[in-house]
This record gives sequence, structure tokens and C-alpha cells, in this order.
Amino acid sequence: MKILAIDTSNIPLSVAVLEDKTLLATMTTNIKKNHSITLMPAIADVMKLAGVKPAELDRIIVAQGPGSFTGLRIGVATAKTLAFALDCELVGVSSLELLAAGISDDKTDIVPLFDARRNHVFSGLYRNSNELINELPDQHRDLVAWLTELKERNQSQIFVGTDVDLFKPQIIDILGEQAYFPAPFLNVPQAFILGLIGKDKEPVEQETFIPNYLRLTQAESQWLETHSDKDHNTYVEKI
Amino acid sequence: MSAEKKNLILAFESSCDETSVAVVEDGHIILSNIVATQVNSHKRFGGVVPEVASRHHIEQITSCVQDAMTEANVSYDDLDAVAVTYGPGLVGALLVGVSAAKAIAFAHELPLIPVNHMAGHIFAARYESEISYPSMALLVSGGHTELVYMPEEGQFEIIGETRDDAAGEAYDKVGRVLGMTYPSGKEIDELAHTGKDTFNFPRAMIKDDNYDFSFSGLKSAFINTVHHADQLGETLDRADLATSFQQSVVDVLAEKTLRACHEYDIKQLILAGGVAANKGLRARLEADMEKMDTVEFIKAPIKLCGDNAAMIGAAGYVEFLKGQRAGLDLNADPSLEFDWIA
Repeated sequence: MKILAIDTSNIPLSVAVLEDKTLLATMTTNIKKNHSITLMPAIADVMKLAGVKPAELDRIIVAQGPGSFTGLRIGVATAKTLAFALDCELVGVSSLELLAAGISDDKTDIVPLFDARRNHVFSGLYRNSNELINELPDQHRDLVAWLTELKERNQSQIFVGTDVDLFKPQIIDILGEQAYFPAPFLNVPQAFILGLIGKDKEPVEQETFIPNYLRLTQAESQWLETHSDKDHNTYVEKI
Repeated sequence: MSAEKKNLILAFESSCDETSVAVVEDGHIILSNIVATQVNSHKRFGGVVPEVASRHHIEQITSCVQDAMTEANVSYDDLDAVAVTYGPGLVGALLVGVSAAKAIAFAHELPLIPVNHMAGHIFAARYESEISYPSMALLVSGGHTELVYMPEEGQFEIIGETRDDAAGEAYDKVGRVLGMTYPSGKEIDELAHTGKDTFNFPRAMIKDDNYDFSFSGLKSAFINTVHHADQLGETLDRADLATSFQQSVVDVLAEKTLRACHEYDIKQLILAGGVAANKGLRARLEADMEKMDTVEFIKAPIKLCGDNAAMIGAAGYVEFLKGQRAGLDLNADPSLEFDWIA
């Protein structure tokens, strides 16, 4: 099976081409450059290096979120349209699961984490014994509330992600010696790992596939405070 | 001899709150033009919310491509190029169309043509008539109000534009004061046909020696008039308010446009953009232009005045013939503009 894997959830961008479990070519950047400029040329380059033509792809795997709304949309719009145009399988993988999968220690909780601003994070809780298990679902949380909840588990916990440094003082403050930090290279998501996780997942329905934002827009949450979301006209209609 | 091969362009538009994909033949025949409008969603907020718009675009994008290809009865092999709006517009919204267009161009090795949304609006008129140059366009929409001089095909120079609100924006704000739901341009236009111009609102910059517009003073005058009456407990005639407002907008647009038509040696005047569907504006310019027999007046078809991908396909065809191509690194440019004339 020829696989293209794409992650543009946050500042890092990673693209890989796999043949089953084998990596053929990959590119990862961790620079503040717009993903819309970088992604498509990166896909073209990596596929060329791998010697795989678009029509030969069997499956496209994309990190579906959470993460930066714009970053997710660039990755998902690209992946979804490529899969549609090439009539191949499409698979979405949690962007947090992708980071957790890099940690093979089976004795600790794995806590991947992205900055969601205003001292909030996107995070979840995973364990990796033989297979990766999601114990607490991906969520958008106030950092202090999330760390307090984690503290009560009384488990060693490893925090992973490029944004972890930003929150390290607060993590240590609340969790003390319960918190661990991985080797720095594990903080950057790798599309090779994304390919390995997504290879065994069920393909999705392409047309309705959208990012997992894990957050309503501010306009919608404010509107819902005073309105019901039931019995409305179709929000989007073809005319 | 076999017939000459037809040119087929798959076009994308997602700059604001419509996701649209079209298949256009030879730049002037619509084989399909799928438009998914989000207006019911943004009505909740009284205007377009960018993040909500972007989320709807990604829900719709491949479904629109599917419908456009099916309705046009074409396959990827039949296509000659992919054209896409890359600006101006909402950046997150534009990025969905740009990402999708690049994906299809890459997947099927098709040339990618970057299209300016405003050029697209002008080329909606191509479905009405061929465009002869030099030409002038009055572009009026919710985001833009500008006079564009086109010395030759594919060249666009702004000779004047609004210094504050776009005309369509003024319609929406005034509509809100009248208790209308967004977007209110059509409702005001209809109401304006039933009243009289009794309020004599200001005609900003109408005598100024330039082609610029201003609508924020008119908007304020309107709002102040209504609020003042409210404070006195008076109720003003809604139809007369609408008529007076529309008359002011139309007077300024028509007077400046006519002056431009006299001062520039042009063959055509093109009326385009969302507000070009306004019946009052269409009728006024039609009457005025009848007196100018050297300039042909072309109105974009009403159903192509709003955002749609067919207009992007028509503009993209011209760029295609000129050899204009974008790389896979094409980015959205939310503040893309035509050049200003020196």
C-alpha cells in the first residue's frame, strides 16, 4: 500500500510517503512559514523523491486536529481534495495521538499538548502498552484545571509537544516529580509515525470529512447562549 | 477536419461566504456553476464571521467539485486548467479554495491559474457579451466600490474607489437600522421602488474632481435621522427612507461613472459585483448610458453578480491564454488589489 501522510496542525509541518510500514521519503519543517506556501511543494518533492506518482497512492492520512484552525484546514482541505481527486482512501488521525505515538514508555501516562492560548491547551491522555490507548479524550482545557485533574491520577506523566516548554514551569509547579519530559526530538510530530498509525485505521467518508477543532467559534458559542441550535434552516445550501 | 478542441477550466471561488466550483468552456460557456451559500448561517450573527465561513467552506468543497464535474459531464482528462480566486477576501476562506485547487492541479498535472476575485466579478459580464477594450468597469459589492479602467485584455487599473465603506456595506448597515435581516440590499432595493426621495441625504464627493466615493457620511446621516425621530417618538416612512438612501447611492455612483465614461476613450462600460444586481442602479445607468451612443453598456447577468466560480473561470480563461500560471506554492492574498493608475 502506498501512503501519503500529512501533518500541518501546528507550526511544524511534516509530510511522508510510505510503502506499507516502510518509509520512502519524508520532510519536516519547524519554521514559522505559512503552510499554504510550503505544503503542496513539500508533497510534490517528497513524492518525487519516493518515486511515487499521485495516481499510485492508495491512501492519504492526515492529522485531523486539534491544532491551529488555519493549519488544520490547509492540511485537511489538501488531503481531502487529493483523496477525492485520486479516488483513494482517506484517513484522519488525532494530531495529539500522533505525538503520543512517539513515546514507547509503557509505564507512564502520555500527555501530548498544544498551546490553545489564554493559558488553555489542547490535550488528551494516552498509554502505550503494546498498542496506543486513548484513556482521556482529546479536549480543550484550562491548563491549571487539566493539570490538577492529571495530578489526581498519581501516575508518572510524560508531557510531549513543541509547546510543552512554554508551560513547563506550571506543569512542574502542579505535578512536581510526577512530570517527565521526553528527549527534544520527540516533541516534533513526524509524518512517518502518522503513516504508521493511520495505516491500520478505517478510511472515512471523504465528502463530510472536516478537522476536529474541539472548539466552537466564539461567534457560535455566544450565539448559543441565547439561541437554540435546533430546527434551523440549513446553514449552507446549494442554490 | 475535426472541430477545434474546446478549452475547459475547472474554477474555484471561496473568498467570502459562498463555496463555488464551476466548469467553463472557452471562457464564456457555463457547463456547471455550483454555488453553496452560507447566508443562513451568517444571518445568525448579522454578518459574515470569518472562522465560521472557513469551516463551512471545508465542509462543502469536494461536494461542490463532485457536483460541478458531474453536471458538466466531464472527467479530469477533459480539463485544460484549474483556476482559483487567491484574493482579495477572507484569508481563511480563500485558503480552502486555494488548497483544493492546488491539490487537483497536482493530482492531475493541470496548470494552475491564479485569479483576482475582482477581475472575476468584471468577467461575469463576459456571459452577457464579448468584452471590447479599452473598457471601464464599475465594481460594486459588499467589500468593494471601485471604477476600474481596462486599457486592454488582462490589464486593470483603479481610477477611483471608496475611501471608507463599500456601497454594499452601507446597505447592510442601513438595513440593520431598519430591522431587516442580513443581507439587506435586495429588501432595501425593493422597498426603494415604493417610496419618494424626501430626506435628501448627502451625496458625498459627488462634485469632487476625482473618481473616489464615500458612503460612511450617508450611512451616519441615515442612522442619525432614524435615531432622532425615535427620540421624538416619531415614526418615519420606511419606504421613503429606503428610496432616499438608494437615490443618494445611485446618484453618486452614476454621476462619477458617467464622468469617467466621458473622460476616458472607452468602448464599453461594465457594471459588476454583488450590488450590480440592484435594480435601481441598473435602471439608472441604463437610462444614462442610452444618451452615450459611443459606449456600450454591459451589465453582469443578475444571477452571476454574487460570488460564483463561473466568473472566475471566465477571468481565468483570459489569464490562461496569456500564459499566466501559479506554482504549487500559491498562497492566499487577502488584500490583493488592482494597480492604481499613475
